[in-house]
Amino acid sequence: MTEPSFEKIAGPGAAMANSKGLMPDREAALVRRRYRAEARFKALGVAAIVCAISMLFLLVGSIISTGWSAFYQYEIALDIKFDKAEIDLTNPRNANYGGLVKSALSAQFPEVSGRTNKRTLYGLVSSGADYQAMEVVLDDPSVVGNTRRVWVLASDDIDSLLKGFIDRSLPEADRRVKNKELVWIDRLKTDGRVRWSMNTVFWKSGDSREPELAGFWGAIVGSFFTLLVTLALSFPVGVLAAVYLEEFAPKNRWTDFIEVNINNLAAVPSIVFGLLGLAVFLNFFGLPRSAPLVGGIVLSLMTLPTIIIASRAALKAVPPSIREAALGVGASKHQVVTHHVLPLAMPGILTGTIIGMAQALGETAPLLMIGMVAFIVNVPGGVTDPSTVMPVQIYLWADSPERAFVARTSAGIMALLGFLILMNALAVILRKRFERRW
Amino acid sequence: MQIWILLSLIVCLAGYGHILGRRRAVSIFQTDVISLHSLPFYHGAYIALWVLIPAAISIVFWLTAQGPIIENLVISGLSPATQALPSDRLSLVLHDIVNIASGDIPTKEPSLEIKAAAERFSQLKGLSNYGMVVVSLGLGIGCIWMAQRRLSPEFRARNQVERIITFVMIAASTIAILTTIGIVLSLLFEAWRFFLRVPLDDFLFGLHWSPQTAIRADQVGASGSFGAIPIFAGTLLITVIAMCVAVPLGLMSAIYMSEYASARTRGVIKPLLEVLAGVPTVVYGFFAALTVAPFFRGMGEGIGLDVSSESALAAGIVMGIMIIPFVSSLSDDVMNAVPQTLRDGSFALGATKSETIKQVVLPAALPGVVGAVLLAVSRAIGETMIVVMAAGLAANLTANPFEAVTTVTVQIVTLLVGDQEFDSSKTLAAFALGLVLFFVTLALNVFALRFVRKYREKYD
Amino acid sequence: MADGERFNMVAAEAKVLVRDLNVYYGDKQALFDIELDIGKHQVTSLIGPSGCGKSTFLRCLNRMNDVIDGCRMEGSIKVDGDEVLDASIDPVQLRRRVGMVFQKPNPFPKSIYDNIAYGPRIHGLVSNQDELDELVQSSLERAALWDEVKDRLHQPGTGLSGGQQQRLCIARAIAVRPDVILMDEPCSALDPIATARVEELIEELKKAYSIVIVTHSMQQAARISQRTAFFHLGLLVEVGVTEQIFTAPRDERTQGYITGRFG
Repeated sequence: MTEPSFEKIAGPGAAMANSKGLMPDREAALVRRRYRAEARFKALGVAAIVCAISMLFLLVGSIISTGWSAFYQYEIALDIKFDKAEIDLTNPRNANYGGLVKSALSAQFPEVSGRTNKRTLYGLVSSGADYQAMEVVLDDPSVVGNTRRVWVLASDDIDSLLKGFIDRSLPEADRRVKNKELVWIDRLKTDGRVRWSMNTVFWKSGDSREPELAGFWGAIVGSFFTLLVTLALSFPVGVLAAVYLEEFAPKNRWTDFIEVNINNLAAVPSIVFGLLGLAVFLNFFGLPRSAPLVGGIVLSLMTLPTIIIASRAALKAVPPSIREAALGVGASKHQVVTHHVLPLAMPGILTGTIIGMAQALGETAPLLMIGMVAFIVNVPGGVTDPSTVMPVQIYLWADSPERAFVARTSAGIMALLGFLILMNALAVILRKRFERRW
Repeated sequence: MQIWILLSLIVCLAGYGHILGRRRAVSIFQTDVISLHSLPFYHGAYIALWVLIPAAISIVFWLTAQGPIIENLVISGLSPATQALPSDRLSLVLHDIVNIASGDIPTKEPSLEIKAAAERFSQLKGLSNYGMVVVSLGLGIGCIWMAQRRLSPEFRARNQVERIITFVMIAASTIAILTTIGIVLSLLFEAWRFFLRVPLDDFLFGLHWSPQTAIRADQVGASGSFGAIPIFAGTLLITVIAMCVAVPLGLMSAIYMSEYASARTRGVIKPLLEVLAGVPTVVYGFFAALTVAPFFRGMGEGIGLDVSSESALAAGIVMGIMIIPFVSSLSDDVMNAVPQTLRDGSFALGATKSETIKQVVLPAALPGVVGAVLLAVSRAIGETMIVVMAAGLAANLTANPFEAVTTVTVQIVTLLVGDQEFDSSKTLAAFALGLVLFFVTLALNVFALRFVRKYREKYD
Repeated sequence: MADGERFNMVAAEAKVLVRDLNVYYGDKQALFDIELDIGKHQVTSLIGPSGCGKSTFLRCLNRMNDVIDGCRMEGSIKVDGDEVLDASIDPVQLRRRVGMVFQKPNPFPKSIYDNIAYGPRIHGLVSNQDELDELVQSSLERAALWDEVKDRLHQPGTGLSGGQQQRLCIARAIAVRPDVILMDEPCSALDPIATARVEELIEELKKAYSIVIVTHSMQQAARISQRTAFFHLGLLVEVGVTEQIFTAPRDERTQGYITGRFG
């Protein structure tokens, strides 16, 4: 072994700014190789992050690009003749509004004849047009006996056509909208009888078999009730459990066992909680199926570990000196906790709770098990009414084949993500606002 | 809605009790407050708790007990012929009765007997509700009277209140245990009923899975249709694909974030990756089914490969994307815990950053990283929505990622969603699968936590 | 202070020349206009109260401060005439020539053998296994650890005692054949017996290497070093032959420190 001597290469004063000059070629080559490996490795890291984040953008991008079209809808103007003979003003709900809509269409296109042709013609507008006609009468009974121009929803195929999702150049057999419909629609367009408007149905009504009538409001309300139950159960129980474990519990086998249990529950697949709900709450206790009550109970069991763990961390962050100070002036242990420790830990606990609630809001699988996957048209009015929740509604729509449901699904996802962003933003603000460094 | 009225009544009663206790403590002992052991507030709280807790317990008890009792009473009122029906038919009859009683219009005109029973059912239900109101309110009032008699200057109201609250807290913290017990018992019980019909080894080692055949009565428990190996294999295949995506991407992201990135870059990247973790799984499922699966299918067509539209590849890759932040944040924590002195030691020898990471940081962090990967595997196995929406239903035994396979969670969902008899082998099979799922993920978690803990001990 | 005193080499030529060195952590200046020479085959010890900048100075010599965010160095440090602070100098190559031993023994979580072999491997100093074996053995021998570990070379280095771990770290540092070895309080985590062994080792090593050692123990500085530099509040207060510093300090701050009035 020889000691390398640097004096040989560069003596004092022979300032060599260039490091390459320091070493023989072999060594220089090795260093170059090592730096190439370094650059490669670093590039790999950048690539991994770019890849992961571009997936996020791809995901969001594909949702937005398919979903934005669900936020507006095309309408067709019909001159409906509200016939006195048809509408009984004492009971206006009972009239045959479908017939009125159909005759208005026939009047618009008098040349259309034959059953099949007529049926196709009637298919231009949504089956919800009947209700829209009824609404007009209910709003203003004086319309009966007159003719009035009413904007009714286009059917989902026509809507897709107008939004430009149906390629007119395709051969007729491959197209969902036939040539004669194209002719009618073009004529309506030139007459100024076609317009688009914001999609209010989506934010106002429950599910429907018809895409253009399907709304998300039922699912939003269902989610609200479910989360209400979840919050009402998991917040008090979680905080009480966390306070006990962190402040009062003796360190023994039993409390160890509780801790292990909590940690394991946090990692149990969510679907297993669904099985628990099905076996215990539905079959054993006989609680109602599809109800936010059961959904809320199941989700609260699921979020409980999250809340307990976050609350314990928040309690642990309160410095012991504060407890000692309070004990020193003669407060009881409970008073120390309720007067000092809990208020100081509350921002952290609330942040953890909001994050737990956001998790619960996005959860689907356990709710499938307890029947919240049913087709429910009505907007629920209470925690025991059958209902669905946002993610389940998305799942249901995702299974439907119609093009318009794809857009509805994406729109639903955007709404859900909006709520999640809102909740997480709230958590971040809470943390930023009240976070205290001890 | 009645229950809400009852609950608010009880809360009012508790409030009244609180005011009463407070006032008594203040007025009677006003002459010398200093002789009062506890503040008036605690005297009030003592009474309020004595109203709330017994009343709440009585309501919960009543609500859980009334269902079965009323049902039994209704059944005993039916004709002997109806009572003699097999239990599953009887439960259908009961179902009808309940539906009619709650005002649903049945599909076919019910018999007189059923109508009478429905009437009886609503009567009993009304009686029971009435009883609940009387009992819980009576209990509340009785408790106020009892509790306020105990108030005296020496009465240690604060200690009593604190004792009660401690009990409530203990009860709250045992809920975690109750949940675990509930999960284990319900899974074990239903799975045991399943294994009475289908032998355990047929289930664990059978190669053929077609639960639909079991619908026919003569085939209940027919051997061969509940072989779960294809399901386990499918789960494994999708998990492996997911890990092939998540581990390299997650680990490299973590390395970049913890070793290379400046604090500012980190502050941007970390939240973005966390967003990836916060996206609901149903959204990933939709993404897989709508975007990724057709993409692979189209690509397969382009190069002449037959890729199923429900290929394991699409589901696995999307699941991998979902798990990236999980792997990266855990590994990030783990690598941050590697002491800086080790890095310094390596740099001082003239190692480059990547050499230090590969040869010093990663080996030191290995147990923690392994723990993180195991946790991620457990996540992947238990993940439901992505596979329900993007993977297949048919149980193919294959290792080809371009074919459709099914997973444990997919089968649980398909077996249990939809209307079916709850006691069929088909639904019970879901619980057997759930049992396997629960124990496999539990084992993985226990292992992973042990790895991580061992690692933590080393550097703490 | 006259130049002659500051650069008094005591029969040794300068290995490292430091001129006008200023170091900042963000807005805070940690070192002010340091001028110091490190003699060849000599032990130079840096003493001074905590936070006086001696560790910072040490970490400049092999650019370990690069690792710390917001650390900025200005001035000139020449090792054998090569400008250390020049942007074009490669810290990886520099650190091979200027090794470092840390306050707390920090063996890698690898075997004893791999701990030593790590440096030579990454720098490509050996071409085959035999050479590597030989290098590992000679490094351990120089660090006076060979006899204690030769039978358990493939057991983890973290299993050794504290003193052995520190000598392992020294062996690891000399395995890449540096010219200068920097030691940052190498004995502060060791008991007196282990300290004595490490001091013996330093005595032995100075024949082949130039050593700079930061120490809190003035006795240690007096025992092992030929030259001593006293740092105070980021200033180099006084430097000179060790005996002179301890017997006849010129600056009263030095006087105060070595007589234990502060620090």
